[in-house]
Amino acid sequence: MLWVDKYRPKSLDKMLVHEEVAKNLKKLVTEQDCPHLLFYGPSGSGKKTLIMAVLRQMFGAGAEKVKLENKTWKINAGSRTIDLELTMLSSTHHVELNPSDAGFQDRYIVQEIIKEMAKNRPIDTKGKKGYKVLVLNEVDKLSREAQHSLRRTMEKYSASCRLILCCNSSSKVTEAVRSRCLNVRINAPKEDEIISVLEFIGKKEGLQLPPGFAARIAAQSNRSLRRAILSFETCRVQQYPFTNNQVILPMDWEQYISEIASDIMQEQSPKRLFLVRGKLYELLINCIPPVIILKRLLSELLKKLDAELKHEVCHWAAYYEHRMRLGQKAIFHIEAFVAKFMSIYKAFLIATFG
Amino acid sequence: MAPVVPSSQPWVEKYRPKQVKDVAHQDEVVRVLTNTLETTNCPHMLFYGPPGTGKTTTALAIAHELFGPELYKSRVLELNASDDRGINVVRTKIKDFAAVAVGSGGRQGGHPCPPYKIIILDEADSMTEDAQNALRRTMETYSKVTRFFFICNYISRIIEPLASRCAKFRFKPLSEDVMSSRIVHICREEGLNLDSEAFSTLSSISQGDLRRAITYLQGAARLFGSSISAKDLISVSGVIPQDAVQALLASCRSGDFELANKEVSNVISEGYPVSQMLSQFCQLFEVIVEANDISDEQKARICKRLAEADKCLVDGADEYLQLMDVASNTMRALCNMPMEFSYE
Ligand SMILES: Nc1ncnc2c1ncn2[C@@H]1O[C@H](COP(=O)(O)OP(=O)(O)OP(=O)(O)O)[C@@H](O)[C@H]1O
Ligand SMILES: Nc1ncnc2c1ncn2[C@@H]1O[C@H](COP(=O)(O)OP(=O)(O)OP(=O)(O)O)[C@@H](O)[C@H]1O
Ligand SMILES: [Mg+2]
Ligand SMILES: [Mg+2]
Repeated sequence: MLWVDKYRPKSLDKMLVHEEVAKNLKKLVTEQDCPHLLFYGPSGSGKKTLIMAVLRQMFGAGAEKVKLENKTWKINAGSRTIDLELTMLSSTHHVELNPSDAGFQDRYIVQEIIKEMAKNRPIDTKGKKGYKVLVLNEVDKLSREAQHSLRRTMEKYSASCRLILCCNSSSKVTEAVRSRCLNVRINAPKEDEIISVLEFIGKKEGLQLPPGFAARIAAQSNRSLRRAILSFETCRVQQYPFTNNQVILPMDWEQYISEIASDIMQEQSPKRLFLVRGKLYELLINCIPPVIILKRLLSELLKKLDAELKHEVCHWAAYYEHRMRLGQKAIFHIEAFVAKFMSIYKAFLIATFG
Repeated sequence: MAPVVPSSQPWVEKYRPKQVKDVAHQDEVVRVLTNTLETTNCPHMLFYGPPGTGKTTTALAIAHELFGPELYKSRVLELNASDDRGINVVRTKIKDFAAVAVGSGGRQGGHPCPPYKIIILDEADSMTEDAQNALRRTMETYSKVTRFFFICNYISRIIEPLASRCAKFRFKPLSEDVMSSRIVHICREEGLNLDSEAFSTLSSISQGDLRRAITYLQGAARLFGSSISAKDLISVSGVIPQDAVQALLASCRSGDFELANKEVSNVISEGYPVSQMLSQFCQLFEVIVEANDISDEQKARICKRLAEADKCLVDGADEYLQLMDVASNTMRALCNMPMEFSYE
């Protein structure tokens, strides 16, 4: 088992970060009338960990006996029937899924499951919760229609079904849905918190950490706890005992982007643009999300620029990312950004050095 | 639906008024509907207005009061965006429902029980225009035996022919007084203690949306116990602490791009919603602008970009990039850097 899973705390009492939130959540769920919850915060900050611990707090160990199944639904949409298939994780007390995987038909899934849950409502025997929980991941990727259709459903079935929603950016969740939930912000752990988690894991694994080693990993993690734990484990595989000057390698795709940035800075020409396009394709084929590529590229380029140009480049990155959202082919827009950058940079070089 | 276990209901449901007369702040519609209870005359209705102002509550309450628990199921059909499986389903459902004849009416068990059925179409603004058009016919066909209640947030999304068939009522955001008195009521029932600062904070952060106010209140009560302070409420509300907003502005004033970049990254790491940051940034800006020496033109430029970024976020644009662009633009305006790009 990977360390990220092995050292994922199981109960609300055992959290190494977000202890305060965990303490509060514990109070919240011990009451019967817990509202719907919306967890939001950056990737790798610990949302999922808390949600799993909340479920365990609500239902005991039964919530951990999950099975993975591929479920199909036949949905009667007036004149035709739609077949939908989706992977879901469920226990006797809860169901978890990524409704946005169903694409533009996501709303059918949401409605169908919630209604099913409401029908098979658990009996409210002593000490048991009278409701089931539906965990919806990536609600920020849910279509507007699906979010709309959640509104009244959340109210209508609130006696039999509680929702736990999870997302990275709550800006993308409609006001109407947000206002029906208790919003729980999970911030990315600070570097010193990350260090203490790494030291904890090191101790459990019986490892010797040279001074400052955990700090170096934390500093490169961009405040993502998952990222930090993963690269800690990679270091362990690469070389142990650890040494003071052991390099903490960036991910290979990050290195690749940093090469692309150098390519762009070296030469601004159609030929170079063509070369860069090939490399961008390579990244996309390897499933690096386009927006991550664009942001990383921006950050690499900014490192190499004069203050004067930074504003301009930053603006165009925002501009092309927005276009990318509206368009369909990501590569066009990343490439357009590169071309724009080349022309700006060339004009700057000519103006400065003649 | 299974019978409701009251104790496990979230507070918003628990404190949903059951009678029209208990709906606060929407005097006009309450007056009309109270009249309906006496005369049993009821036009088609269209309720519109922002979230959490009592639209669904009012429609459900009048339906319950007109028919009572026994007839409710056979006389009231509640459809919402969640049930809407395209217009065909809606039409079939409505047809099947309306086709079963109703008796000639007359009071039963203290309820007026008028001789028509009610169809509540909640979240009607998420219906397509086609669906709405198709509904015109349906409405006419069954107009003798049914009354429609349309509910929506944006009246502009309801096609004119539908809207013109209805008596329209705008639900206003709740005023601070009304909000406070509902909250006082809940606090009494739940045994909570709020000081006056907490009260005014709750009213101001929920911006006329009573559902939000109640959800915050319950959250704060569960998390922090029965004595609730303004700080507790802010922490459950998703409002960004003022120092975080100020830090961002300060970094823009500094003229140092990297400092602003660091601040923006921090906003993202802290998980603050950028749309919220934009609106608080704008508010803060309005305050300092008055006391300051920024020209109207600079002001206009900053605000223009803020508005654009907000729109981009609605389209799903990346939060970091948008906020970074806003920060960079603000910095250029505040530090008198050239606004036009030189190398475009
Ligand atoms: N409170 C915690 N204490 C100790 N370790 C934690 C804690 N929370 C998370 N972790 C560690 O960090 C890893 C990542 O956390 P998690 O999967 O909960 O992130 P997430 O917020 O759901 O991320 P994403 O948005 O990318 O899905 C976990 O696998 C776990 O090892
Ligand atoms: N005018 C009001 N008087 C009393 N309680 C109200 C009023 N408005 C809202 N509430 C409270 O807020 C909750 C939500 O109100 P309601 O469901 O009627 O909102 P809505 O106007 O239908 O909002 P949306 O547009 O989001 O559907 C209710 O359960 C009730 O507790
Ligand atoms: Mg996760
Ligand atoms: Mg409503």
